[in-house]
Amino acid sequence: MSQPLANCPGCGAPVQFRWSSAVQTVCPFCHSILVRSDLDLKKVGTVADLPPDPSPIQLLTSGTYNNKKFDVIGRIIYEYEQGGWNEWHIVFSDGVSGWLSDAQLQYAVSFLVPGMALPPEEQVTRGKHFNFSNIDFEVSTMTIAAYKGVEGELPFPFYGKTNMLFADLRTNGNNFATLDYSDKAAPMLFIGKAVPFEGLQLQNVRQFEEWS
Amino acid sequence: MSSPLVAPPIAKAKAMYCPNCGGPVELRGFGHALTVVCPQCLTLLDASSPLLKILQEAQEAQSRRTPLIPLGTRGKWTATTWEVIGFETRAVEEDGITYEWEEYLLFNPYKGFRYLTNYQGHWNFVTPVESLPERRAVGSRPAVFFEGNLYRHFSGAQAVTSFVLGEFPWRVKVGEEVVADDFVHPPLVLSSETTTDEVTWSKGEYTSGADIWKAFALPGSAPRPQGVYLNQPSPYAGKVGGTWGVFALMLIALLVMAMMFGALSRGDTVFDEHYHYSASDRGEPSFVTKVFDIEGRTSNLELTINTNLINNWAYFNLALINETTGDAFDFGREVSYYTGSDSDGAWSEGSDKSDAVIPHVPPGRYYLRVEPEMEGSQTPPEKPATAPGTAPKPRSSGFPSTARVPIGKSVYYEIVLRHDVATYGWFWLAALLLLIPPIFTTIRAVTFETRRWSTSDYPPTSGGG
Repeated sequence: MSQPLANCPGCGAPVQFRWSSAVQTVCPFCHSILVRSDLDLKKVGTVADLPPDPSPIQLLTSGTYNNKKFDVIGRIIYEYEQGGWNEWHIVFSDGVSGWLSDAQLQYAVSFLVPGMALPPEEQVTRGKHFNFSNIDFEVSTMTIAAYKGVEGELPFPFYGKTNMLFADLRTNGNNFATLDYSDKAAPMLFIGKAVPFEGLQLQNVRQFEEWS
Repeated sequence: MSSPLVAPPIAKAKAMYCPNCGGPVELRGFGHALTVVCPQCLTLLDASSPLLKILQEAQEAQSRRTPLIPLGTRGKWTATTWEVIGFETRAVEEDGITYEWEEYLLFNPYKGFRYLTNYQGHWNFVTPVESLPERRAVGSRPAVFFEGNLYRHFSGAQAVTSFVLGEFPWRVKVGEEVVADDFVHPPLVLSSETTTDEVTWSKGEYTSGADIWKAFALPGSAPRPQGVYLNQPSPYAGKVGGTWGVFALMLIALLVMAMMFGALSRGDTVFDEHYHYSASDRGEPSFVTKVFDIEGRTSNLELTINTNLINNWAYFNLALINETTGDAFDFGREVSYYTGSDSDGAWSEGSDKSDAVIPHVPPGRYYLRVEPEMEGSQTPPEKPATAPGTAPKPRSSGFPSTARVPIGKSVYYEIVLRHDVATYGWFWLAALLLLIPPIFTTIRAVTFETRRWSTSDYPPTSGGG
């Protein structure tokens, strides 16, 4: 893994990238959101202190999925009416990037599936079926969420978004998918699987008082 | 690493104060809670707001229920430690009767949330299901298929939250209603909760109260379960097939034994003679046969009388006499055969032959004494008590009028004796006895299922309708 080094345009501190394809990171010193273009780093905003968060995952947690090791290098925190969830950005040892979501301690690993014709958001309602990658998915939940914070390295610039529509799609097995309409013009499809905590074999997880 | 990318501080349980009564409110869920209930005044508070905003006014003091497993209790279940952080009761009403059950919310900061439910001493360990079970039908009844099992719909009802205590990772309201459906595949139950926004599924596994008491180190013993619960495993479920299997094996063993006895039996015909008797004959009707030999081992002797009787009866007084010792075995056989037709069609009664088995006849030289007797017999003057009494009463229709003629009855008959004959009476008796356990188990299993389904939306119809 290459580690390009640059200085934070906000505070001048050295900024390290763990993943060569990272487009955005957050300066760990001054919490500036930094977007990379070529070798330049541009400050596009600042992250407020992250709210206290109960996820047992943290930056630099490592784990295993499909017998492949991954490291957690960034995250997006979303909140909605019924609480919040984390999308942890994970990078596998072969450079592939994916997402480990933690929604009330229900975990799933998913990957962006590019190049597919996706239904416009008006066509997506609860109970509707869609076939992606030869899997029959049913829309189970529609969520309007807001961005609550970012941390670490991300594969795309992401900050300051509100009223994003997400459609969760499920199957009768453990396959699941998310249709992400945060950019209405360019919706994204993520397909993955629900994974039990034990299955992730996480290392370097967070500690909780009186729990080991 | 020089980066201050340090881990977040160790998460701690939080203590706050109730804005309604000022009493302490403990948060055990490390920020997962959206709702927390003040344990003193029972006010529902918004756990996601910094100062615990009041969500819903205090629950009536008389609605207070005491959880059997106190909040904060930890227990080990399938190698994972769980802490009870929330408690609620929910109720359904049916025909004016309220059925209320308890739900305990279990928390582990890594593995998430599980539930324990308790209805009248019947416990379930419940895991949220993220998949959408496939809807199917069994006949006209709904069912769902999940993880290779078919779950049959048991009941559906409007469930109301009646009391809450502790904390919950979702917004809780007393009086909130969902449509709750249960699908059973004992010991498992799949439950769906339907609101206008979503359908959520969970899977419960039936658990004994004693196991819960042990896992959570609770004092005393678990309350005894009342009645049969919807996903309670039947104590007979796996056994019905087994008892029939044992029956089948024993029956095969019996058949083998019967075949062996059949093969070992010589079944030699030792005597076969034809005779004629007429009731109008004068003189002594009794006679002795020629002497015959019985060889081989001590075994039974089967006597068969074949006759040409139609709409008539005959009685035979018989004695098997050992020529050497003079030992006699006396017995009698009645042969009666009636046939005809009436408005109901053809009918017949009795048979034109009869047989008898004399057990334990040792080898030796024997002869028979035979004394036939028919209607109109001259001698002996007093008939054996059994003879006329057991003869079928002639039916008024179709009975030939000649039956009244006292004289002239006669019969041709044949007496056959076979020694060492395989008999199968014991086989049928044993088979019948072997049937008792599987039938008994089957009845008990059916009774258990009837009790289970009697509380469902599909109560079995009883014999009375």
